[in-house]
Amino acid sequence: MDKFTVLTGIAAPLPQENIDTDKIIPARFLKTTKRSGLGVHAFDSMRYNADGSENPDFILNQAPYRNSRILITHDNLGCGSSREHAPWALLDFGIRCVIAPSFADIFFNNCFKNGILPIALPREICDELMADSRMGENARITIDLQRQVVVRPDGTEIAFEVDPLRRRLLLEGLDDIGQTLQHEDAIETFEARRRRDEPWMPSITID
Amino acid sequence: MVARTLFDKIWDSHVVERLPDSTAILYIDRHLIHEVTSPQAFEGLRMTGRRLRHPEAMIAVVDHNVPTSDRTLPIEETESRNQIETLERNVAEFGVPYFPLLSERQGIVHVVGPEQGISLPGMTIVCGDSHTSTHGALGALAFGIGTSEVEHVMATQTLLQKPARNMKVAVEGRVGPGVSAKDIMLAIIGRLGTAGGTGYIIEFTGSAIRALDMAGRMTICNMSIEAGARAGLVAPDETTFEYVRGRPFAPKGEAFEQAVAYWKTLVSDEGAHYDKVVELRAEEISPVLTWGTSPETVIPVTGNVPDPADEPDMARRAQMQRMLDYMGLSAGQKIAGTPVDVVFIGSCTNSRIEDLRAAAAIVAGRHVAEGVRAMVVPGSGIVKAQAEQEGLDRIFLDAGFEWREAGCSMCLGMNPDKLTPGQRCASTSNRNFEGRQGPGGRTHLLSPAMAAAAAVTGCLTDVRELI
Repeated sequence: MDKFTVLTGIAAPLPQENIDTDKIIPARFLKTTKRSGLGVHAFDSMRYNADGSENPDFILNQAPYRNSRILITHDNLGCGSSREHAPWALLDFGIRCVIAPSFADIFFNNCFKNGILPIALPREICDELMADSRMGENARITIDLQRQVVVRPDGTEIAFEVDPLRRRLLLEGLDDIGQTLQHEDAIETFEARRRRDEPWMPSITID
Repeated sequence: MVARTLFDKIWDSHVVERLPDSTAILYIDRHLIHEVTSPQAFEGLRMTGRRLRHPEAMIAVVDHNVPTSDRTLPIEETESRNQIETLERNVAEFGVPYFPLLSERQGIVHVVGPEQGISLPGMTIVCGDSHTSTHGALGALAFGIGTSEVEHVMATQTLLQKPARNMKVAVEGRVGPGVSAKDIMLAIIGRLGTAGGTGYIIEFTGSAIRALDMAGRMTICNMSIEAGARAGLVAPDETTFEYVRGRPFAPKGEAFEQAVAYWKTLVSDEGAHYDKVVELRAEEISPVLTWGTSPETVIPVTGNVPDPADEPDMARRAQMQRMLDYMGLSAGQKIAGTPVDVVFIGSCTNSRIEDLRAAAAIVAGRHVAEGVRAMVVPGSGIVKAQAEQEGLDRIFLDAGFEWREAGCSMCLGMNPDKLTPGQRCASTSNRNFEGRQGPGGRTHLLSPAMAAAAAVTGCLTDVRELI
C-alpha cells in the first residue's frame, strides 16, 4: 500500500447524499479477479451516456476535474454493499481522499485498507470546500495527514479527526495483516481457551 | 457486574487482545466466502506466502454470478465462468470446504449458512458481503467485510475492530393480516433512514419480533445494513434452538445440549445500556413498498408518492426529483395501480421456504397478468427441493411463473437475470439503487406476498385485497 502523508490536488464536488456503492461501481463490473483497472468504470451510470459516450455534464468528465485526487460529497457516502471494488475504482481513477459529513461503515473501513483517507467534516464545511473546488485549476486543496489539517486554496486550515492506529498505518503504508500477526501468541492462547471452554464448537469438513 | 447487551456479551467473548486505542483484535468463528469478493484475497495470500489459518472454519459457495437456468449447460458469460473457476481453483489449493454449483446444498451464502447449521448462535460470522447481517437472526454477531478484511481473516482468523454502539429497535404488538417481516423491516428503515444505524449494531426485540419464525428474523436482520447498521441481532430463544437442532453441521447430542446451555445466556441483561432506542407498534405497520432509489423511501401501499416541493433542503429536493424522474413516477400520485413489467421473488432477503409459501398462498388459483414476467428463484437447492416436495413449484408454474435454480439472480443482475432500461420490477430483494437490477431498471422493494399480488394483478397492489 502506498503511504499517505501530504496530498495536494484538485477536488471534485459531488453534492449528493447516499452515493451508494452501485453508483460508484455497478455490480456488472465486479467480475474481475484483480484489484486494478476499475477506474474507467467509476461512477459509470453518471459518467457515460447509454451509447457509451461521455456525459459532458458530469463533473469528472470536465477539465480540470478529470485529474481529481479528492472527492467531496454530502452525507452517507458509500452506503450499500461491502464491495471493495468501490475504493479500488476510486483509487484507480486517482482519488486518494474522500471528504463527506458521514460515511457508511464498511466503505469507510475499505478506504483505509487501500490508502484512501476518508475525512468526516460538518456539512457546512463540506459545502465551503465544494465552493473552493469550483474555482477550477486554482482549486488545489492540500490534505496533511501528519498535522491532521485540510488546507484551503486561501491558506486557511481545517482540522480533522482520524483514528490513531489507522493514521499510523496510512503514514507508514503498513499492511495490517502483518501488524496483527505480531500478536500470534495471543491468538493461539485464545484458540486454546476456546477449545477447552466451548468443546461443542464444530469444524466444517465435507467428504 | 455491569449489565451488558447481547452485542456486548458476544463481543467480550471474542476479544483476543485490546490494542491501545480501543481497537480490538476480534476472533472470527465462521468465514463464508463466494466468488466475487474472494479472488483478490487468495491472490494476496499467495503473493505474501501466508497460510490460510483455519479452512475448517470456512465455507465457500458460488452464488452472485451463477445462471439460474439449466446448470448442466456450460456458463456462457466468460467473466462469470472465470470467476467461478477461479474460486474452484482457490478452494482446492487452500483446502476450503465448498458446495459446488451442481450440489443440492449450493445456494445464496446467507441462506446456506443457517440452513446447514454452519452459522450458530453466539458466533462471530463474517463474509465479503454486506448482507452477512442476515445471520444475526440466530443471535450471532455477523457482518460484511471488504476483500482486504477477507484476506485478514484468512491469514489471522481475526479482524481489527472497534466496538459499535448499541441500538435497540423494539416492535411490540401483533401485525395485521398481509403484513410480514419484510413490511416490519421496511417500516423500520423508513423510520431510521438509510444512515440511521451507521456506527450501531441493532438488536431487534419486542413481541412482534419474538413471534417471527427464523426466516422472518433473517429478513429483518438481513436489511439492517439498509438502515446503515453493519449487523442486526435477535436474542436466541426456543424458536432458534429448534431451528438449529439437527442441522447437518450443528452440534449433536450432548454437545448440542452444552451449546444450548451457553446460548441461553445470550440475552441482554436487565438494565443494559443502549445508546439509542426506537419503538414501533406492530398494529401501525401496513403492507409497504419503496417508491424511490434508496431503501428509506418507504410508503404504505395505500399511500401517495411524496412531493419534492415539500422538502425544504434544496440538495435533497433535487435528489428526490431525480428519483421520481428515474422511477418514472409523478409527485403525489397513488402508488397502488402502477403497472409492473417484472416480478422477482428471491434474494438473501426473501428466498426461504417460508417466503415461497407466503407468495404461493396468494398465487394459488390465479394467473400472472398478461405482459408480466414473473420469476421465483429459491435461495438454495435445498429450498427448491423442499418447495417441489410441497407442490409449490406447480402452483408457480401453473400460474405462469418461471421456476429457476438457486442464486442471487436479479437482486443485483450479475448473471443474465437483469431488467432492461425502463422496466419496472416488484422485487423481494433488498436494494432499489439506480441500475441495481440492470441499467435503467426501476425497483420497488416489497414482501413476497406483495410481489405475488403484483404478479397476478399486473400492478402494485395491496395484498390485503387478495386474502
